[in-house]
Amino acid sequence: MNLPATKAIYKFEMARWGRTLLQSIVSPVIATSLYFVVFGAAIGSRITEIEGVSYGAFIVPGLIMLTLLTQSVANASFGIYFPRFTGTIYELLSAPISYFEIVVGYVGAAATKSVILGLIILATAFMFVPVEIAHPFWMVAFLVLTAVTFSLLGFIIGIWADGFEKLQLVPLLVITPLTFLGGTFYSINVLPPFWRGVTLFNPVVYLISGFRWSFFNIADVSPATSLAMIGLFLAICLTVVAWIFKTGYRLKS
Amino acid sequence: MSPKQQPILSIKGLSKTYASGFQALKRINLDIRKDEIFALLGPNGAGKTTLINIICGIVKPSAGSVTVDGHDIVTDFRAARAMIGLVPQELTADMFETVWTTVSFSRGLWGKWENPDHIEKVLKDLSLWDRKDSKLMTLSGGMKRRVLIAKALAHEPTVLFLDEPTAGVDVELRKDMWENVRSLRASGVTIILTTHYIHEAEDMADRIGIINKGELVLVENKAELMHKLGKKQLTLQLHDSLDAIPVGLAAHHLTLANGGSELVYTYDTQGPRTGITNLLTDLAGAGIRFKDLDTTQSSLEDIFVDLVRQR
Repeated sequence: MNLPATKAIYKFEMARWGRTLLQSIVSPVIATSLYFVVFGAAIGSRITEIEGVSYGAFIVPGLIMLTLLTQSVANASFGIYFPRFTGTIYELLSAPISYFEIVVGYVGAAATKSVILGLIILATAFMFVPVEIAHPFWMVAFLVLTAVTFSLLGFIIGIWADGFEKLQLVPLLVITPLTFLGGTFYSINVLPPFWRGVTLFNPVVYLISGFRWSFFNIADVSPATSLAMIGLFLAICLTVVAWIFKTGYRLKS
Repeated sequence: MSPKQQPILSIKGLSKTYASGFQALKRINLDIRKDEIFALLGPNGAGKTTLINIICGIVKPSAGSVTVDGHDIVTDFRAARAMIGLVPQELTADMFETVWTTVSFSRGLWGKWENPDHIEKVLKDLSLWDRKDSKLMTLSGGMKRRVLIAKALAHEPTVLFLDEPTAGVDVELRKDMWENVRSLRASGVTIILTTHYIHEAEDMADRIGIINKGELVLVENKAELMHKLGKKQLTLQLHDSLDAIPVGLAAHHLTLANGGSELVYTYDTQGPRTGITNLLTDLAGAGIRFKDLDTTQSSLEDIFVDLVRQR
């Protein structure tokens, strides 16, 4: 394995993140704080508890997931799209580095950034509401697995996109709506049976449910199903990435 | 073949047809010798960059094989690519990065651990040391070009591809750049370059390859090429201008130039006789006097243009 190369990509991506700290960290933290104020304080005062958990605390896992998903996709997609846009991708393609190492570098950096952000959001949440973590190991496992999976998705989007508009398309039109409709601010058990059935087709439901279970021991679907769904999504993303590199899709003519 | 002449790069039957059906390369066979400077010349769209990009792993070949010091570029790509440095034609840059960061990044990408001393040497050799902390977006085109060279040298390659390295670079800088190339060759780096400034190839290269419409038209030692294909011209400045070449001189295939005030005789330096003596005798016989004469030899540029036109 070409460790120096993987490290170089990882370090390069992390340094880029460091240069845009305000945009990378402060803005998601402010956005999440606003969610706490609006949903936690304003709406939370009317909805006292959901399944025995205060509403303010109930939305914490969903809000972390919201940031995790959008940031994983955004970081990874931009990370690989930018060298394509500037033309510096020639270096990656001509370096003695395997596709696996390229993916580890870019996806690893994107996932690291997202996990750090997720933990910062969690720390922010402690300032607003008391939060207990019932299964810390599984909380970290869900956090890391989801960050890696959605960073892979972001990597795929970064290869597929042929303009900045397309880069924004999936996060804005797919990820964010699915997250909002995936139980970030509510339990899907409160939905009428028909809409509950429809919601089960939303993969984000499983991510939020599993993550929420790791906090409060309550879940819309069983934690095992959530884990299996993340595993399935991870496998799909890995297959697509492998196909991209095998065929050279949008990378090599 | 002496060790010096052992091919470090061997291309066999290399072809490339793009998805559009355009055939960019047609069965290219070429050996590049260790430590030489090889100039690949050709008009725009001839296939030079496609050839380089295939060797470097940026473009997929349709057929054929390439080995770098015996390492196949597909099956043993790590070993092959580790030896290669590439300076691309396009001025691509991570605009927000500093010179130091981007050059260090390239070293890491080629599997080498950090070595600040080497990066410092490369930057100093390329007169970039003073700008090591500058963002690339603040550099001039010539400096960006040097940064690309520094990136290619960051991992200490043994084969260096320079694809139009002096495009858009001012004369002074160009001279410095070629000096650097000479030192690199002296240090054991094999150089393959493409350039549109053919006189640069004439100055720098040991061997010349000419590619046109995807075919390698010729590969020749530069001196031999100039010797074989170079024509010499004798120009006579006439005392009295001529309207046409006298019939008696038709056998010499002369041409009139400069409004009939000059008579140009083209001859082959390789022939058993140049024909100059006969020409001068015939001129005297025809009563044509001249006040001065001059001889010129065709440049590599003339040879290149002739070869490309013929095909």
